[in-house]
Amino acid sequence: MNLLYSIIVLAILTGLASLAGLAPGMGVTAVAVVIPYVALLVFLAGICWRVARWASSPVPFRIPTTCGQQKSLPWIRSARLDNPSCGVGAVGRMALEVLLFRSLFRNNRAEMYEQRYVFGDSKFLWLGALAFHFALLVTALRHLRLLVQPVPRFVLALDGMDSFFQVGAPALYLSNIVIICALAFLLQRRLRDPGLRYISLFTDYFALCLLLGIALSGMLMRYVTRVDVVAVKRLAIGLATFHPVVPEGVGIVFLIHIMLVSALAAYFPFSKLMHMGGVFLSPTRNLANNSRAKRHVNPWNYPVQTHTYGEWQEEFHDKLKMAGIPLDEAYDVRSATPD
Amino acid sequence: MSDQPLQIEPSPPRSDWRNPTVEFRKGTFCHAAAPKNLQALGLPNPRDWQPTNEDWQLPPDWQGIILEGMKERLDKFRSFRLFMDICVRCGACADKCHYYLGTSDPKNMPMVRAELMRSVYRRYFTLTGQVFGALSGGRELTEAVIKEWFYYFYQCSECRRCSVFCPFGIDTAEITMMGRELLGLLGCNINWVTKPAADCFRVGNHLGIQPHAFKDSLEFAADELEEITGIRVDIPINRKGAEVLFVMPSADYFATPHYYTLLGYMSLFHEIGLDFTYSAYASEGGNFGLFSSHEMMKRLNAKIYDEARRLGVKWILGGECGHMWRVLHQYMDTMNGPADFLECPVSPVTGTRFEHARSTRMVHICEFTADLLHHEKLTLDPRRNDNWSITYHDSCNPARGMGLLEEPRYILKRACNQFHEMPANTIREQTFCCGSGSGIGTDENLEIRLRGGFPRANAVKHVREKHGVNLLACICAIDKATMPTLMEYWVPGVEVAGVHELLGNALVMTGEGERTKNLRGEPLPAVAAEAATPEVADA
Repeated sequence: MNLLYSIIVLAILTGLASLAGLAPGMGVTAVAVVIPYVALLVFLAGICWRVARWASSPVPFRIPTTCGQQKSLPWIRSARLDNPSCGVGAVGRMALEVLLFRSLFRNNRAEMYEQRYVFGDSKFLWLGALAFHFALLVTALRHLRLLVQPVPRFVLALDGMDSFFQVGAPALYLSNIVIICALAFLLQRRLRDPGLRYISLFTDYFALCLLLGIALSGMLMRYVTRVDVVAVKRLAIGLATFHPVVPEGVGIVFLIHIMLVSALAAYFPFSKLMHMGGVFLSPTRNLANNSRAKRHVNPWNYPVQTHTYGEWQEEFHDKLKMAGIPLDEAYDVRSATPD
Repeated sequence: MSDQPLQIEPSPPRSDWRNPTVEFRKGTFCHAAAPKNLQALGLPNPRDWQPTNEDWQLPPDWQGIILEGMKERLDKFRSFRLFMDICVRCGACADKCHYYLGTSDPKNMPMVRAELMRSVYRRYFTLTGQVFGALSGGRELTEAVIKEWFYYFYQCSECRRCSVFCPFGIDTAEITMMGRELLGLLGCNINWVTKPAADCFRVGNHLGIQPHAFKDSLEFAADELEEITGIRVDIPINRKGAEVLFVMPSADYFATPHYYTLLGYMSLFHEIGLDFTYSAYASEGGNFGLFSSHEMMKRLNAKIYDEARRLGVKWILGGECGHMWRVLHQYMDTMNGPADFLECPVSPVTGTRFEHARSTRMVHICEFTADLLHHEKLTLDPRRNDNWSITYHDSCNPARGMGLLEEPRYILKRACNQFHEMPANTIREQTFCCGSGSGIGTDENLEIRLRGGFPRANAVKHVREKHGVNLLACICAIDKATMPTLMEYWVPGVEVAGVHELLGNALVMTGEGERTKNLRGEPLPAVAAEAATPEVADA
C-alpha cells in the first residue's frame, strides 16, 4: 500500500512536469526556475533547522557502544577504532562508519536449522548500501560539469573514470548501472523480506522510488532523448549565478528530472534521508569510551533525593550496634544528645 | 507452560504493526509494581493493578503527562531526539535481537520496537506527522499504545546488541529507557524492578538485607571458606581509613552460584593482604534505577561515592556485575562526581596505576586481578578446575558498554586448563543476552526469558557438544541468577559460575591446609580421581 502511494505521488510529480512542458513560458519557467530555487531553499534551511534542533539537545551521558577491547591495562591491546579511547580514535571510528559503513559490514543473518540458530555472513545489504551511496556521490559530483564553467579538473577526471569502458556513444556511465542495480536491490529487498515489508513506511518506498525516477529520467535524457546539453548548461549556470534564463528545447524529460530532483531536495529535511546528517551526531558512535578517565559533564545534572548515611544509620542504629558494625559518631544523633 | 519444550519457529509477520493490541499471556509479562514500593520511592500513581486488567487506572491527564514527558526528554537527550529521526528501517537490527529470534514476534525487531515510540513522536512532534498522520508513519497515542509500550519496553533487556549492527548506532536501550521513564510517569512500573529499587534506597541493597544480616551473611561465608581452606579471613565492614572500598552486587552474598564468587573475592583479598572494607550502607553495586529512570539511577548510585567519602578510602573496587558496571563506567562520575576526594587507583600489590579509571576512581575486579596475574603475584593451580570445561559468556553491559573483553578471559585461561570459546557471532561485542537482563528476570516472565535466552543457550549447546563444555563462566549477577534455569532448560548439564569463583578455586593461599574441596564444597578433581582409583583397581 505504501509502495502504491509512493508510485502515485511520483506519477503526479511526473505528470505535473510533463504538463508544464506543454506550456512553454510560464510552465517551463515554473519547473525549471521557480521550483528548483524553492526546493533548494527548503533543502538548505530544512537541513540547518534539523541539525540545529539535534544539536540543541545536549549529550548528558557518554554512552558509546563499545565494539572491541577497552583501553585499560597497558599490556592488553585495545581496539582503537571499534572502541576508541580518545578523540582521534573516535574520529577514525566515525570515518570508518561514514565512508565504509563499518557497522553494516558486521551484518550477519540468523538462520534456523533444527532448533539451532546459525549466523552466517551477510554482506549484501552492506554492498548494496555502499554501492548506492558512492554511485550517488559520483553522480552528484559529475553534475558539477553543468554548474561550473570552466569545468573543474577533478570533475573531468571523474567523468573519464566513470565512462572508462567507453561503451556506446555517449559513453555509458558505470555509476548509472551501479545506482540502478543498487536501488533495485534495495527495493526488492524491502518487498521480499517479510520483516522489512511489515514495517516499511511510505517514506521508505517514496525515497527509493524518487531516486529511481531521478536516475531513470537522467539516463533517458542522456542515452535516449539526447537532451541538448548546451541548453541545459545555460540554464544550470543561469540558476547558479542567479541570472536564470529559460532556454528553448530542454525537453519534457529534463523537466521531469529537475522536478523530481527538486522534490527530493524539498522532501529531504523532513524525511529519514536526514540520516546523512544524523549519523555524525550519534552519541553511541562519535564519543570516545573514556568516561572513567575523563569526567563527562551533564549540563542539566540536578540534585536528587537520596537516602543519606545519617538517615540510614539512624534507622538501623540498634541493629548496627548489636551486630558490632562501627557507628559513625559524626552522624550519631543519639549519642550527641546528653543523657 | 506445558511440559513440552518450547519450539522456536521463525515465522513471518502477518499483522499490521500499527495495531497496538497486545495479549498479556501468562509467562510473557512482569507483574505490576506494588503501590507500597512506588510510595517508598515517591513515584506517581501508586495503585493496585495488573497488566491483565482492562482498566489500568491511569491518571486523568495521562496523555498530557506522556507528551509533556516526551518533550522534556527530547530536549534533554540528543540520543533520544536523534534516534527518533534517523532510522531508515534497513532491517540490519532485526535478527540481532534475542527476543525476536526467540519469539518471532515482529514487534521485537528493534526497529519496530523503536517504531512503537517513533510513531507517537511523529504524530505529535513532527510537521509531517501532524499534517499527514498515518501516511507519514504516525499513530495516535491511545491507552492501547500505553499497554503495548509496557509489554514491549519490558520485553527488551537493554542489552544494546542491535546498536552494534546499526549503521547509525541507534541504541534501542536508549529508547526503551525513555519508554520506561514515560511509563513510570503514569505509575506503570514492574514490581521486579521497583521493589529492589525501593529496598536498595532504604536498606542499602536490592534484596533488602539489613546491616546485621549483611554481616551474618559475610561471616557465614568466611566460616565456609575456613572450612575449605583452613584460613580465617577478615570481614571489615564500614571501616574508616581503609585504602579501598569494595562494592559488589548484593546477590554475591545472598544467592548461589554468586556466593562462590564471593568466596573467591575473599580468598583473593586475604592472599594479597588488601587493606579494604565492605560497606553495609553501600551494600549494593547493582542499580535497578538503570531499569526505571535516569533519576532513580542517580538516587541509588549516590551511595557509593557518599560512602567512599565518609570512610575516607582512596579508591573503589567493584565486583562482578553487568549492569552495575554500565552505571559505574558510563554514568556514575557524570551523575554523582567529581570524585575529587579519592585518588587515582593504584594497585597496592603491583604498583600499577589504573590510568583509565583516573577520574571515576573505580576499578573492575577483573582489571585488578588480571594485573595481579600479569605481574605473577598469585600462585595458581589450575588443575583444581580440571573437572570443568569452561566457556565464557560476555555479559552485555561490560562488553558493549565498556569493552571489558580480555581481562576476564586472561583470568580464566590462567585459572583453568580447559577453555573453549563459543562461536564468534555470539561472544564479545556480539554476545547474546541471557534473556533476563534489565530487571525482567522474574519467574512470572519465564517463557519470555527462556525464549530470549535461546540464542545464548544455542551457542552453549554448540560448545557442549563439540568440546564437552560443562561450565558457563560470566561476570554478571543477573546471568548467575537466571542462566542456571536457562541452561537446565535448553542445555542440561552446564553449570554457571563467576570468574572469581574459578580464580578462588585455583588460588594457592599462603598457609592453606590441604585443599580437598572446591569453593562449592565439591571434591577437587584430583581427590575425586584418587577416590575413584581403588574402585577401578578392584574392577
